[in-house]
This record gives sequence, structure tokens and C-alpha cells, in this order.
Amino acid sequence: MRRVCTLPLMAWISLLVTSILLAGCTTMPAAPVPVEEAAATEVATEVATGEGAAPATAAGAALAPTAGGFPSKAIQIMAPANPGGGWDTTARLLAQTLTESGISPVPVEVFNVPGAGGTIGLAQLVSQNAGDPYTLMMMGRVMVGSILTNQSPVTLAETTPLARLTAEYEIIVVPKDSPYQTMEELVAAFQANPKSIAWAGGSAGGTDHILVGQIAKAVGVAPEGVNYIAYSGGGEAAAAILGGQVAAGVSGVGEWTDFIASGEMRPLAVSSADRLEALPDVPTLTESGVDVVLLNWRGVVGPPNLSEEDKAWLINALTAATESAQWQEILATNGWDNVFQTGDDFAATLAEDNATISAVLKEIGLIE
Amino acid sequence: MFGGDIWANLVSGFGVVLTPQHLFFVMLGVVIGTAIGVLPGIGPSLTISLLLPVTFGLEPISAFVMFGGIFYGAMYGGSTTSILVNTPGESSSVVTAIDGFQMAKKGRGGAALATAAIGSFFAGTFATLMLMLMAPLLVRFALQFGAPEYFALMLLALSAVTGLAGQSAPKAFFATLLGLGLGMVGIDLQTGQARFTFGNLNLLGGIDPVMVAIGLFAVGEVFWAAGTLKRTFEETVTLRGSLLMNREEWQRSWPAWVRGSVIGFIVGVLPGAGATIASFLSYNAEQRFAKGKAELGKGAIEGVAGPEAANNASAGGALVPLLALGIPGSATTAVMLVAFQIYGLRPGPLLFQQQADLVWGLIASLYIANLALLVLNLPMVRMWIKLLDVPKPMLYTGILTFSLLGVYADTQNTFSMVLLLLLGLLGFLLRRYDFPLAPVVLGAVLGPLIEQEFRRSLAISVSDYSVFFTRPLALVLMMLVMMSFLVPLFNAIWKASRRRASVAAGTVGEIED
Repeated sequence: MRRVCTLPLMAWISLLVTSILLAGCTTMPAAPVPVEEAAATEVATEVATGEGAAPATAAGAALAPTAGGFPSKAIQIMAPANPGGGWDTTARLLAQTLTESGISPVPVEVFNVPGAGGTIGLAQLVSQNAGDPYTLMMMGRVMVGSILTNQSPVTLAETTPLARLTAEYEIIVVPKDSPYQTMEELVAAFQANPKSIAWAGGSAGGTDHILVGQIAKAVGVAPEGVNYIAYSGGGEAAAAILGGQVAAGVSGVGEWTDFIASGEMRPLAVSSADRLEALPDVPTLTESGVDVVLLNWRGVVGPPNLSEEDKAWLINALTAATESAQWQEILATNGWDNVFQTGDDFAATLAEDNATISAVLKEIGLIE
Repeated sequence: MFGGDIWANLVSGFGVVLTPQHLFFVMLGVVIGTAIGVLPGIGPSLTISLLLPVTFGLEPISAFVMFGGIFYGAMYGGSTTSILVNTPGESSSVVTAIDGFQMAKKGRGGAALATAAIGSFFAGTFATLMLMLMAPLLVRFALQFGAPEYFALMLLALSAVTGLAGQSAPKAFFATLLGLGLGMVGIDLQTGQARFTFGNLNLLGGIDPVMVAIGLFAVGEVFWAAGTLKRTFEETVTLRGSLLMNREEWQRSWPAWVRGSVIGFIVGVLPGAGATIASFLSYNAEQRFAKGKAELGKGAIEGVAGPEAANNASAGGALVPLLALGIPGSATTAVMLVAFQIYGLRPGPLLFQQQADLVWGLIASLYIANLALLVLNLPMVRMWIKLLDVPKPMLYTGILTFSLLGVYADTQNTFSMVLLLLLGLLGFLLRRYDFPLAPVVLGAVLGPLIEQEFRRSLAISVSDYSVFFTRPLALVLMMLVMMSFLVPLFNAIWKASRRRASVAAGTVGEIED
């Protein structure tokens, strides 16, 4: 009797576990998911439409597979961070575009390998996926910095650079009640007493920190004297600025658009060479007398030893995705620039950024 | 911010959600949420991110009401394994295991499950109501919290350790330090330097407190059972008395629900805290105010009712900064933010005007999800209780399998499985030598936060220590911290002196020890 009673319980648990794991095992999108039948079927059809009759938004027919038969199963994009961050969001939007615009004949999925500024994901890509065209990795300029500060044994030189996708400039803001009305006033206070200006931004050694380091250098403040407060994620930093806990904040332009629009944050300067279309009233750093231009970008790399054929197919797919109407809309919504670059050009950018960033990190004192 | 008439909006929100399709997705979310709550390691953030691509083809509202169901459901499910088999599946239900498991041993597992479910319903409904009525006000309050306030709040949570000590204060102290140490592993946020990683790349990301909780409790419990099952016969009483709560348990539960809901909601609204901290703070409060506080740690129902209400209320609270500002306060709300972005929506003040249907539909669905969870969970108590009848070898094999699977699913890294087994071994050793486990988890959760907030406070104030006492909110919290640490100390001294006095008077027998 007792044993019998446990049966439905066990059955119930196994059913749910199976359903969740199947939903999670994104390599098997066609597998029926017992409990979530309705949801899963809907996706299955959604994915299926990608193959033949593309949805209304489609840019055109799906790319034909290579002579070697790639791709014949789902392609996976690794977001080397927790769900919710910039790489994760970009990876998911890219996967969505590749699938929904009917560019990829196979589903494109995203998985997360969080930790250490992306270097854990990078190590995994290089060590476990060499030659495997089905696993790509989303990354960005920030990873160049984390590789240096973490002394990662694996570097981006070992990957196969595929395409640089989006770019975002940085913005410097102050709380709405701040005494500083312009970048010049902020810089003057910073020069007078560097420690009195607490700058809020992302993790140490990231783009935000590097920008502050470059500003310090440009205005004659010793970079190691910068009072930089690292927050884990844009949300925490935003809360600190909105609450007037810090003097200034640094972030990607898109991140705080709403707070700027609603007047909760006052934008002082952007890190682009020319004023941005979206924020025509905000001067550039250069205009404000700080000779710094900084472009933060995100891109996609593949594992080492990809065949030329597979690499060309992936670059074609990424090119088609970035040309689609859907991607243009995503860029507009998020305030991202298109800085599309592929293969060797992208590899050159990586090498160049590596040199710049390592110089700044040395001056800030984060690396030797 | 909400504009218009809240109640009219809510009615229209119910109008949006009360369609067969949306109700189906609420129910689906609730069932999935409960299941992932029960399973160790798989949390709501992972589940929602896995389901994101699945929802591409759906209307946004269908997806969000499902996520809402998962979000609340996961907090309900978390208590089940904590109570019945002493294996919390998330760090926010660790504290539930302390009294919950003792209750289960005494045959009151059903009551513990019931108080957790009803408390969660109460807290979830309270949090949703507050979210609806007071979001703009609360957001202002949350922004008052700077680094010194967070630091004081974390210290207050840490002081809960005084009540988790069990028999030996030095052992509890050691366990806390061990946890703080585990929390320190990885890259330091402020300087980007690696600490205690011994050159191992996999440790750079730090040790997730959830993994510490599952390793020490679940895996440790499995090892413990494997080591002792043949030699000891531990009698488990499946059920004694009524299945659900009796009159006395009701009377003791409801004040704890109220306290837990308020504490949990406030902590949830703060973007820098979270459900685990809420549950420990609630346990701390129960130690001061509960009627059965003397029984805490030995199976007091308040020790389940309070923390379980708190972790659910904090889930609701976390939606306040998400919806009102677009600031995620937890891993799960961070994923929900991505979901908003994928649908081309930006949470924040404008969302309420531009997507009123969606926001009010979501709020209405949270009420429905809560009710559905209660209806789903109360009858299931009878079924869960049967879990105690599952033959132990099968049960523990299952726990070990699910723990490893869950951790792997979360990190996609085999190293994390090795780490989990090592933590299990650590848990086994700690149990063998009678160290309490909960302080380790508390330390691992709080360690990095306390340290970061302390350093941020001093960096912002340019090394002026008075910052912890000159800001009104920080001062109030600091005074609570001091009371938290000093009151038990004075109590102990007073008791000791009274005992000495009574020994002298020769009336030892009457003094409880």
C-alpha cells in the first residue's frame, strides 16, 4: 500500500523533471515536451517556418548548407555571462533574428556559461569546441580587459573571429540634484580633489572603468588616484546614481536612456567623436576639453580550427542577419550602432584594442 | 506613476488575463515553478532563460503571466524538500530546513508544508497588493539605500547567526567564518584581482551560494545517509495529529506570516539584497518576537512560517524596482528584464502608460498565480508527505542525481559538479563534528555583499568611518544590529547570574537550562 502511494508522486516528479530538462536541452528542439506541449509545439512550428516558407518579416530564403553538410543541427551561441547582461541580451536578439528572419535553416539557440568577465566561457570554447562550427560565442571589448586582469591562460587570439556586430558609446551622467551642470565643472572638481568624485560603473577593469582611467589621464589626474566604485550590473549602479549616492556614473549610452529622458539623470558627455543622433544636446568628451573617444563593441567569435568553408557560411549568415529589417529595428530600439566587420578586419580590431586596453590597465594599476 | 484609478486598472487587468489562453499559461507557469522549486539547483532564473526562446511565438502577455507564475511558484516549491528531507534546493529556503525538518521528524511535516504554503500565499498576495498600491513611494525609499545602509542591513542579517548557533557558539562562529571565506573566492569586483582561486580558472567566477547550500545540505545529507543508514535506525514519523495545521499552529503561524511578509517585501524592494537575506532576517525577527521562540531550532512552526512568507514577499518586492525603474533586484528579475527587451519593451515609468494592458495583466496574473499555487499546493501536502515513505536508498540516489543535474544545467561546466561533491564532503565532515550548516550558507551569501558594501561606503566617504552612523537610516539599522548582538549576550549573562543565584538558594530544579 505504501509503495503504491509513492508511485503517483514519483511519476509526477519524473514527468516534470523530464519536461524541464527537455525544455532545457535546446539541442533537441524537435523533441516533444510532455507538460509544455502547447508552448513547445508553437515553437516547433515557429522554427519549422524558418526552413521553408519564411514568416512575413523574412529577409529572404534560408542560406543553403555547405557542401560539407553544415549546418545539419541547431547552432548554439554561448553567452559567457549570466542571463540578463549585455552579452546575453545581444546573443538572444541575434539568435532570434537568425531564426525568425529565416536566414538560418536550423534553429539558433543561446546558452550561458557565466563567470569571470567571460573568461570561463572563453576557456571552455577553446578547450572543448575546437573545430566545432555549431558552437559560437558572443563577446565584446570588455572581454579583452578581463583576459588581461584575470591573467587568463586562454586569449582571443586562439579563437576564430567571425564578426563585430554592435557598438555603443559610453555616457557620463550625474544625479539630477548634482551641483555639476557640465562636464567642465565635473572635471574641475575632479582635478581639484580626485577622491571627492566617486564614479559608479561596471566591474573593475571593464569599459566603464577604462573610460574613467582615460579621462583621468587626459585631464592630468593620476589614474591610480581615481575613486572608482564598481557595481555588478547596470541596475545597481543606476540605483546608486538615482539615489545620489555617488557623484557621477558611467555606462553604455543605451542603458540609462529612460532615466535621462525622465530627467532623473543629467547627461554630461558622450564618448563618441561626434554628437549622437539620439542625444543631440549632449556634448562629446572632446568638445568638453577631454580628449578621449571610446567605442564599446560586441561581436561573435568561433572556436579554434574552423574549416574555411564553415567559417564562410557563418560569416554569410551573420552578414545576412545584420542586414535584415529585424536587426535594424533591434539596433534602433537599443540605441546601438552598426559597426559590422568580419574575419580579418575584426581580428585586427581585436589586436588594436588589446594594445590600448593593456596600456590603460597598467596605468590604473590593475595589471603589471 | 500609475495614473488613473488603480482599481479600475486592476479590473481591466483581470479582464485581460481571464481568457482561457492566458489562464493556461498562468497555470503552466505555476506548475513549472513549483517543480523547479522542488528540484535542487534549478532556479527560476535558469528556467525563465531556458523558456525565453520557447516564448518567441507567443503574445508578450502570455509569456509574462507564465513567468510571473514561475517566479512565485519557485518560491513555494523551495520549502518542500527543505522540510521533508532537510535538503533545501535554493539558498533562500536554507533557513526553513532548520525548524521545518525538525517538525517533519516529529510528525508535523504536513503542518510545516501547510504553513509554508498558506504563508507564501499570504505573503505573495500582500506583496502584489503593495506593489500595486505603493510602488512609486517604495522606489523612493529603496533609492535612499546607499552602501552604508546595505552594509548595516547585511550585518543585521548576519546577526541571525546568534540564533542558529545550536549547542556551541564557537562552532557557529567558525561555520560563519568558513562561509564568509567561501564567499570571498573569485574575482574581487572592486579591483578585478583573483582571490583564493589557486590559479584555477574555474574558481575565478566564485562559488555560488546556491551551490554551497545544495552541496552542504543535499549532497552532505546523501553522504551522511550513506555513511550511517546501515548502522542507525532513525525513526521517522510520517504523520502525527491532523494533516494540516491545528488550532495552536494557526495561532502561532499568522503573526509570523505578517512579520515575514513585511520584512520580505521591504528587503525585496531593495535591489542590492534578496530572498535569502529576507529569509534570514525574518528568522532573526522570529527569534525576538515569536511566541514559541524558545522552541526555535527544535521545530517551531514560526521558524517555517516567517522565512517562507519572507522569501515569497521578497519575490513580489523585487518586481517593484523592475517594473517602476527597469532595475532588476535579483537574478530572476534580470532575466525578466531581458524578456522585456526581447519583446521590444522597456520597463520603467513609461511602461505603465504605453503597455497598461501588459502591466495590469501581469499584476492581475500574480493574484491568480498565488491563488492557483495555494490550490495546487495544499492538496499536494498529502502527496509530498508520502515522500517520507520512499525507501531511503532510492530517495537519496534521486537527491544526488537531481543536485548534480541541476548544478550542471546552471553552469554548463563539469567542474561545478566536482565542486558540488567536494562541498558535500565538507558538509559531511561538518555534520560529523556537529558544526551547524546554516551559518556557512549565510556567510557565503553575505560575505561578498558585506565586503563590497563596506569598501564602497568607505570609498565614497573617502575613508570616513562615521558614514555608518551619521546617515539616519544607517544609524537605525546599526542600532538594530547592536541590539541583535547584545541582547542575547545580556540574556545569557542574566540567566547565568540567575542560575548562580538559584544554585545558591538550592532551587536548581526549577530553572530551565
